[in-house]
Amino acid sequence: MSVLPLLDIGLALLVVAVAAWTIAARNLFASVLGYVAYGLLLALVWVRLHAPDIALTEAAVGGGVTGVLLVTAGKRLDALKATRSGAGPGLRERIVAGALSALVAGALAFVVASLPTPAPSLAPQAAAAAAGPGAGLGNPITAVLISYRAFDTMLEKIVLLLAVLGIWSVGADDAWGSAPAPLRRARPDGAMVLLARILAPIGALIGVHIFWVGADAPGGAFQGGALLAAMWMVAMMARLLEAPRIGSRALRLALISGPAVFLTVGLAGNILAGSFFAFPPGFAKPLILFIEAFMVLSVAVALPMMVAGPPDGESKP
Amino acid sequence: MSVLADLFSLAAVGAGVFFFIAGTAGLLRFPDSLTRLHALSKADNLGLGLVVLGLIPRAENPLAALKLVVVWALVLLSGASTAQLIGRVLRRGRE
Repeated sequence: MSVLPLLDIGLALLVVAVAAWTIAARNLFASVLGYVAYGLLLALVWVRLHAPDIALTEAAVGGGVTGVLLVTAGKRLDALKATRSGAGPGLRERIVAGALSALVAGALAFVVASLPTPAPSLAPQAAAAAAGPGAGLGNPITAVLISYRAFDTMLEKIVLLLAVLGIWSVGADDAWGSAPAPLRRARPDGAMVLLARILAPIGALIGVHIFWVGADAPGGAFQGGALLAAMWMVAMMARLLEAPRIGSRALRLALISGPAVFLTVGLAGNILAGSFFAFPPGFAKPLILFIEAFMVLSVAVALPMMVAGPPDGESKP
Repeated sequence: MSVLADLFSLAAVGAGVFFFIAGTAGLLRFPDSLTRLHALSKADNLGLGLVVLGLIPRAENPLAALKLVVVWALVLLSGASTAQLIGRVLRRGRE
């Protein structure tokens, strides 16, 4: 009798328990911490399902970046609460919101439960395609992401850009073009500065490594970019680096470089290889690495800009 | 030889697990945040260190063993710094 199934059941129960606790927690901060723990546990679940690529993404994005985003958002909400004390939602609003949430959850559960067995899957086509135009990549996940589902992957990055734009547009009119407020106003502790000084270079190296091995092993552009983003955020929290002005040309170029390069290569495929997003045979691997390098840059810049928030206006030149 | 290595792994990982359990017990039972932090850092630093030590003979190649050590070193770094940061916030709250 192996202990692994028991561990799996324990892990699954733990995930459900932490999810329930996250919803039930009265305190916003506790709830966010619960969510981070939930993300890390989910990463373990993906490892157990033999999906290390997704586990890396979940740990970096679900556990790390989203956690920082939510903590920052929670802090801002607290600051708002101190200045404006409006009445919370009434009983009727709560009941309606609860009913709507239950309806959505119920509909989703119904759809998932009524899937036919075996579930419809594009996996065979995807695997075939990954062996075709994306050939030369040892990691089928990366091959599918960049060559079979190229359009989806590019649109995901555009969603990130739209999110950054939405956050920027929340700032005051006269603050446009200035830098976001620093992540913390006070002078950071020595321990934080030391952590950032030691961790940021190592983390950046690991981020580049994860991007580089992504062609042949678990890893890839998004995971590597998210790690680089996290290291930039650590440096910003220690005030070793300041958030750039949102009007900065370098920042804007870095943000759009991923989707722009992806689209350009995709359009070139129209002429050179006969169809949109087709890669000329023999050039697939260098082209994919080229696109992914810019994707890493876009992700590494977009995520910290989301956390940094809208322009502040105080540091206007 | 492999029996010896297995015994070594078993002993080291077992000791690591002991520290994790002791740390968790401390986290749940100790009276205030500073002592709980103390219990937690023992589990992270010593417990994980012993688990890594036990796993090194089982690593596929020297590079994999090195990666295990790097993981431990990173946890040491982040554990020590966050313990400092939390401790400082606690002290500021008391003053």
